[in-house]
Amino acid sequence: MSGTPILQVKEVTKAFGGIVALNRVSFEVNEGEIMGIIGPNGSGKTTLINCITGFIKMSSGKVLFKGRDISNKPAHKIADMGLTRTFQIMRPYYSLPAYKNLVIPLFSPRARRTGGWRGGGKLGDRDTVGIDILEEIGFERDSFVPYKMASSLPTGYLKRLELARCLALKPEIILCDEVFSGLSMSEIASMVPLIERLQMDGITLVMVEHRLRELFRVANRVMVMNFGEKLMEGTAEEVMTSEKVKEAYFGSEEVEEVMTYA
Amino acid sequence: MGTEQEQRRKERLDRGIKVRSDGLYALMSWRELSYLTVPRMVLIVGFLILPLIMPSMYWERVISIVCIYALLAISFDFMAHFLGLVSLGGAFFIGVGGYISAVLNHSLGLPPLVSIAVSTIVGALICTLVLLPCLPLRGVYFAIVTLMYPLFLARLIEALNILGGTDGIMGLDSFPGRWIEQYFMILMVLGFLFGMRRLVNTDLGLVLRAVKDNDQAVRASGMSITFYKAIAVFIASAMGCLGGACLVHIYMWAGISLFALDFSILPIAATVIGGSGTLVGPLLGCLILVPISELLRAFGTLRIVFYSLILVGFIVLRSEGLMVYGQRKYHQFERWVRV
Ligand SMILES: Nc1ncnc2c1ncn2[C@@H]1O[C@H](COP(=O)(O)OP(=O)(O)OP(=O)(O)O)[C@@H](O)[C@H]1O
Ligand SMILES: [Mg+2]
Repeated sequence: MSGTPILQVKEVTKAFGGIVALNRVSFEVNEGEIMGIIGPNGSGKTTLINCITGFIKMSSGKVLFKGRDISNKPAHKIADMGLTRTFQIMRPYYSLPAYKNLVIPLFSPRARRTGGWRGGGKLGDRDTVGIDILEEIGFERDSFVPYKMASSLPTGYLKRLELARCLALKPEIILCDEVFSGLSMSEIASMVPLIERLQMDGITLVMVEHRLRELFRVANRVMVMNFGEKLMEGTAEEVMTSEKVKEAYFGSEEVEEVMTYA
Repeated sequence: MGTEQEQRRKERLDRGIKVRSDGLYALMSWRELSYLTVPRMVLIVGFLILPLIMPSMYWERVISIVCIYALLAISFDFMAHFLGLVSLGGAFFIGVGGYISAVLNHSLGLPPLVSIAVSTIVGALICTLVLLPCLPLRGVYFAIVTLMYPLFLARLIEALNILGGTDGIMGLDSFPGRWIEQYFMILMVLGFLFGMRRLVNTDLGLVLRAVKDNDQAVRASGMSITFYKAIAVFIASAMGCLGGACLVHIYMWAGISLFALDFSILPIAATVIGGSGTLVGPLLGCLILVPISELLRAFGTLRIVFYSLILVGFIVLRSEGLMVYGQRKYHQFERWVRV
């Protein structure tokens, strides 16, 4: 962890008509770290990711990626710079086999430049590179999972496929919107090492999560949001012991469980 | 079961083909190869001998018209099925291509084949540029805009009395000969048909289909959906402009009837009848619809009634389209194989 900020979010505000979904949210993400973002339903986490990645225009504020202003740039340009995201509601190409899903990101200018996740600047055959990426993130090639139709894959694989789409671009940072949710305990257990491996690979991760226990295991720092505002930021322990956070999550069993566990 | 039959079993025609991975047909035998190529050959050979068996000059002309509608219909099917844009722009493409070719031929004296080539490219560029702001529109909104452009241009030419006004541009050069005309048209249609069928199965074609299915994921992959839509619209409008350019040289005249609604509607009807998403189906649809519409010409305005009845009948009875139905049936044919 070098401590230099790769992503700086400054006073980002987003209003949908009268509803203020984000109110002057600021934070920084350092290169190589895993930053968690938690908050009750509707607190604006997805909206924050959408604003940073250019999927929706923010009302005001600024986003810097590696020092360059990317506020309200087109989504594909931001992705092309290496800032990628997954979708909370998964968006695979259902009519294609899993490996063909990766042919599309591998067709992008960035993938051609970088050669994909493990590529050294030159992109090989797209089908092969796609299958290699899938195998590396847990699609067992021996049991032909990469060749299965996306529509027939269970949630666990679809979440990985979301990550794979980002990895095909050889990203510098991935904003993950709830990659753990909808997964069984054992699926999460196998997902956590994958996340750690991505970090060891030098990929910075921002993880929006409701599964606090698993998140606290991997996150270096956690930001808490509530009603579109940043409530606090700190290490997992600081967040777990904070009275403010308990209040925001009042009644949520998940947090009570985590708090007692802590 | 007798002993003789035990050594043979029934097998579906597509069996050996389906089990292999998509696109790569590692064919085992000439026999299997023929199952794939025979339908193609029938289409190509049939189309090529069509001009030779036409009874009169009038029907030879009909073949050229079929080809122009076929270009529009393939272009419509490509846009609708592989890009997700429903275009009513047939008349727009025909008009733009036609008028450009007319001006190039009439004012600059370029020979027809040259002016056709130039107006295909230039026309497609213009159409793409004009449609560029509409590309984010979806479904019926895009359709409405593409429908408005030809109306707008026709009224503009009429009102400003430019490009020959209501009289149109007359005295254009025709093709160097009627065989050249027909075979040029037929080769263009076949070329585009097989070219497009290949294109939609390349990686670029996959990206286009992804834009249709899931444009947010494509944006998240670092690709501009407007760019890919523009490429596809360029290809589609090039086919339409080519048709329009040929049309003015066939009739040796360009007028505001190039913007007629028929060019937008008939290709859609042909696609419905022939089977959308197959690219061959729309061609088949044109081969059926255009001659019928010519035959019905004798009935004057009643022609529209008959025409509509045929259309409704087709849609109600076989909504999947002839080609889809035919392909399914063809692959379900069974043959005896030795075990
Ligand atoms: N396109 C939109 N139009 C109007 N309001 C919206 C829109 N998108 C989000 N909102 C509102 O903004 C608020 C924040 O929504 P957001 O989806 O960002 O929450 P979230 O923290 O991701 O919630 P969850 O944990 O359920 O995913 C909600 O009140 C939501 O209703
Ligand atoms: Mg959300």
